[in-house]
Amino acid sequence: MIAPALALARRTLMGAVRRPQFLAPLVIMPTLFLAVNTGGLTRTTDLPGFPQVGGFLDFELAGAITQSLLLGGVMQGIGTALEIEGGFFDRLVASPIPRVSIVLGRILAGSAIAAGQVVWFLVLGLLFGATVHAGVPGVLLVLVIGVLAGTGFAALGVVLALRARNASTVQGIFPIVFVILLVSSAWFPRELLQAPASWFADYNPLSYIAEGMRDPIISAVSARAALEGVAAAAAMTAAFVALAVWALRGRLRDA
Amino acid sequence: MRSNLEVVRALVVRALNEITRVPGAALPGVLAPTIFLVGLSGVFGEAARLPGFDATDFRTFIVPVGLLQGASFTGAATGVNLARDIERGWFDRLMVCPAPRTTILLGIVASAALRALLPATFLLLVAFALGVAFPGVGALALDVVLVMGLATAVAFYAVLVALRFRTQQAAPLMQTAGFVAVLFTTAYAPKELLSGWLRAIATVNPVTFVLEGVRQGFTGSVTWADTWPALLAVAALLAALGSLAVRRLGRVGV
Repeated sequence: MIAPALALARRTLMGAVRRPQFLAPLVIMPTLFLAVNTGGLTRTTDLPGFPQVGGFLDFELAGAITQSLLLGGVMQGIGTALEIEGGFFDRLVASPIPRVSIVLGRILAGSAIAAGQVVWFLVLGLLFGATVHAGVPGVLLVLVIGVLAGTGFAALGVVLALRARNASTVQGIFPIVFVILLVSSAWFPRELLQAPASWFADYNPLSYIAEGMRDPIISAVSARAALEGVAAAAAMTAAFVALAVWALRGRLRDA
Repeated sequence: MRSNLEVVRALVVRALNEITRVPGAALPGVLAPTIFLVGLSGVFGEAARLPGFDATDFRTFIVPVGLLQGASFTGAATGVNLARDIERGWFDRLMVCPAPRTTILLGIVASAALRALLPATFLLLVAFALGVAFPGVGALALDVVLVMGLATAVAFYAVLVALRFRTQQAAPLMQTAGFVAVLFTTAYAPKELLSGWLRAIATVNPVTFVLEGVRQGFTGSVTWADTWPALLAVAALLAALGSLAVRRLGRVGV
């Protein structure tokens, strides 16, 4: 199961490297969004209740990483849907490999791309004056939570593709990506959110993932934020990978 | 002339039919601007407390951004649908039909202008229900013109991208440009509160004029001083992107 999954992951990664124009939006769009948020709302750090931060960029980095990882999931979903539409998926099903490796390969590629996305934003942040206050352990923590979350989002993309079976529907999910992120504390302190965003943010796992990555950027590592971040990302990943395998079985049953 | 209009009408009807035939693809684009409005005002609502904010509340200030985001998503969806038609070979059949290519292009993008009214209507209904003040019939009519114009301009751009890459995988490229063009404006705050570099971009970004044209009715009264730059900006975008799309379409199969 592992070898075919790795081979399929490598195939997906090679495809991404060969057509970087489709990989670029994963980081370019959140980078631009990060720039707009930082440029447009930079004065909000003066608001009463805003946590002590070096700058609004420090605070927004985790939001940008989370947004980028969500887009990575949409990309893996579109890729899977196109393989279904183009017939490649059916050829894989007919080949003598464990079928689970078909979805695992795609998800593993998502993990590798997620690592690249996290590194991109950390380097970008440092270049533009942000500081990771927790140092190297903080960077590692951001990387762990980011890769875990990216794996989960890739699995979610695969689930959507296996259910929708067409790329149009999966790409239609794109605007919703922002919506889910907006009703979390990825972009603004939870204490300053207004209803109904504040209600959703308390139950939105993206809040905990973003806060888990933000905490080591704006302060020393705190056990609670780190554990909540890792737990939210791990639970989401486990759930979506299980759903992806379940969706695959459903598709094979229908075929 | 009449036969050209028939072609445009047929392509528009085909595109509109997709809303009911593939609702899963159309629904997020309709709902997203509204949820964007509710979400954004919930997240950044406290920003309206900053000195210098010229709206009673952040929700009223952000409604025009949602309207333009809806137009942008709709325009991009036109390009994604064209990319799908290219992948499936339907576009090749369209290219051999005896209709001028400009007419075909008009048919493709005209649907975006009409479809843009769906998210706009839904967004406005929700905004009014949430307490945003009615801007007046005149302001609303101007908003309709500007939203339809911007959707068409983004559709021209998305068609360019679809013809260049010929795959739905280019969808993020189509969606990103319009999304960013709307945000690199006075979307979040008045120009005086933006940081220096963003203020400089917002000053030259034509979409800023469109946004201020749409926003004027919500935050005050409609004036000619804010209206003509908005109309001129939309006209310029349509002319520039439209001529590029015509040129690109003319080269298909040559």
